[in-house]
Amino acid sequence: MSEIRTFPDFVKRLVIVVGGLVILLVVLFGVLVNTVPVVSEFNDVLLASLSNPGVMLAYLDSLGVGLNSTIFRIVVFPGFTWAALIAAEVIWFERKFLAKMQLRVGPLYAGVIAGILQPIADMIKLLFKELTAPARADKLVFYSIPLLLNAIGAALLAVLPVSEAWIIMRSDVSMLVVFAVIGFAPITVLLAGWASNSKFPFIGALRGLHQMIAFEIPMLIAALSVVLLAGTLDLVNIVQAQSSIWFIVLMPMGAIVFFCCLLAELERIPFDLPEAESEIVMGYQTEYSSMAFGNLQLGVYIRFYAMAGIFTTLFLGGWHGPMILPAGFEIANQVEWFTLKTLLVMVFMIVLRGVNPRFRMDQLLRFGWARLLVLAFVNLFLAILILQMGWFP
Amino acid sequence: MSTLSISVGPQHPGSGHFRIMVKLDGDRIVEALPDPGYVHRGEEKLAEYRNYIQNIPHFERPIVHDSSNILFAYVSAVEDLMKLEVPERGQYIRVVMAELNRIIAHLYYMAIYGIFVGHSTMFMWPMGDRELFIDVAQMISGQRVTFAFLLPGGVRNDMPEGVKERAEKACDYFEKRLVEYEKIFINNPLFERRTRGMGVLTKQDAIRLGVVGPTLRASGVKADLRKDEPYAVYDKLDFDIPVSQDGDSWARAWVHMEEMRQSMAIIRQALKDMPSGPVKLNLRGQIRAPSGETFARTEASRGALSFYLVSNGGMMPYRVRLITPSFRNMIAIPHILKGLLLADLPPAFWGLDYWPVEADR
Repeated sequence: MSEIRTFPDFVKRLVIVVGGLVILLVVLFGVLVNTVPVVSEFNDVLLASLSNPGVMLAYLDSLGVGLNSTIFRIVVFPGFTWAALIAAEVIWFERKFLAKMQLRVGPLYAGVIAGILQPIADMIKLLFKELTAPARADKLVFYSIPLLLNAIGAALLAVLPVSEAWIIMRSDVSMLVVFAVIGFAPITVLLAGWASNSKFPFIGALRGLHQMIAFEIPMLIAALSVVLLAGTLDLVNIVQAQSSIWFIVLMPMGAIVFFCCLLAELERIPFDLPEAESEIVMGYQTEYSSMAFGNLQLGVYIRFYAMAGIFTTLFLGGWHGPMILPAGFEIANQVEWFTLKTLLVMVFMIVLRGVNPRFRMDQLLRFGWARLLVLAFVNLFLAILILQMGWFP
Repeated sequence: MSTLSISVGPQHPGSGHFRIMVKLDGDRIVEALPDPGYVHRGEEKLAEYRNYIQNIPHFERPIVHDSSNILFAYVSAVEDLMKLEVPERGQYIRVVMAELNRIIAHLYYMAIYGIFVGHSTMFMWPMGDRELFIDVAQMISGQRVTFAFLLPGGVRNDMPEGVKERAEKACDYFEKRLVEYEKIFINNPLFERRTRGMGVLTKQDAIRLGVVGPTLRASGVKADLRKDEPYAVYDKLDFDIPVSQDGDSWARAWVHMEEMRQSMAIIRQALKDMPSGPVKLNLRGQIRAPSGETFARTEASRGALSFYLVSNGGMMPYRVRLITPSFRNMIAIPHILKGLLLADLPPAFWGLDYWPVEADR
């Protein structure tokens, strides 16, 4: 083929390539449909589902990947795909919202509406970048960290009650599962800094370790007061216990403590010390490039969504909310209220990022150990008081 | 005791074109030595091969966002050698340009200060509001950054119509914005927590180390060349010199903030009092300064800036010595960084008003 020199040349080449692909696909698909029985069956179902979507759902059910199967819940909704979509659009929203606060316009060109496809474009850009690692890095650990961080975020999704009916894993002790998974994050961060074999990532990792350990304990105690009031460790039952009154109304102090700890665990401004870019470049993420960095960011934002979801579950009444969809859509109404509340929590965290500088390490640790821990204990005693006086129905 | 030594810069988002060699004990700085010279260009030697007019754009280069103030000292030195008397309107326009430049440079300072403590909004706002004053300066001079507007004997051209209205509009808007800056940044409890009592330079130390400009005034010394040795028409204008007794990083940010207020007051007065008349002397042909030597200094946005000029009667200066405020302030870096945490390094050294290009010349 000739070189592309002008725009018409480019269009010609485009037509040839795209047209060739379409023809190739049609031929291949035709051969497949007529030879492989599963594909031909799928083809029939596809045609039938154009008039009646129920056919497709029933067919997927028969294959074991339908809406009620565990695999669908893990992979699509309310599992990884859903969380990744929310994460991507929260990245877009964060950039757009901060831009509005800062008198800028933010992402503008990718996608038709206000650069809404910018995260996707960024991901494609990252995919095409060179994957590098420091020469003396521990390669195996170094490259597994982004996946590990993703896994830690996604593991939280397993117990997140998006609605009564949509939950991946119902467990009597799902609260313990949450804290077990959260406990993995500092180890991952430390490993990331250590495996990079570089100074700034190592300092960032040590900071992350200090910070997460300091804030885990007040977080645990604040959550303990919720468990006391609800009388259960099951997140679904905790939400059901809030049907009349949300725990944020009963224990505003506990909610504030939990929220601060959440910010610190997620390393968001004003607690973004492990990745403070003017001090230690990018912290433990410094040496990552290409899609390894993309995965790291995805993991961070999936954790962001999951943790905000846990705050919603514990203090904001989970899926409870007035019925605004028509009757018959109760489950959809629950999902919608849960998502709305979670997004609201996330927006609040983003606003804080816009108006605050960051803490210093000693101030942060003093804040965690000397203020939040005390407040968490006070809140625990208040919870016991509420329970003993029978103020909570 | 084992220490970890790291280089902050020259390829670090928290440095400039220079390096601080830091020795850390844990997270605490044991020793911090600045290593300047990455952008040394030999401005003084180069000036010996350029005539007096060619040296105007040349001397803007050490500090592009404060270009009028550095030229102010240079043209004053040349005028002093040539015994020129600048027309009054020219002097007023010079003052307006100098104060516009002071605001532009201070806003730059605030923006970098914001990002160094992790405050992204405080990075974007001043960078956006700078445009207002850059626009006014552009109306006057035709350029946006390096104005090259001051000449020996006056300024390049008269102001066009409408500058006064435009400048007053910008000042009105920016005075409101400054209140918001105070709310979101200067008086932000987190920012105060970070910078209060950090990097303290006492009055005695400040004088002993010879720091200048807002850094000196933040340490409680009321020293400003615009008041102490009034040049141009500063003695006819009414303004204050903000002085803080704290001497810490917060006080330095506050002094910059208040100086912007005073600069706006000066701009308003200068535009109001400005007489009509010529703006420059008509110098014909090649400028040749008679032999002799002179010393001129002005208060640039970062502090006292001095020019020592020797002429042997030729077309080009025989020797130029340029003493910039950043170089004087750099001496305080190891002094204030010792004992701080690594996290305090960027805001602490930026608070000193150190600009590597200006210091290296």
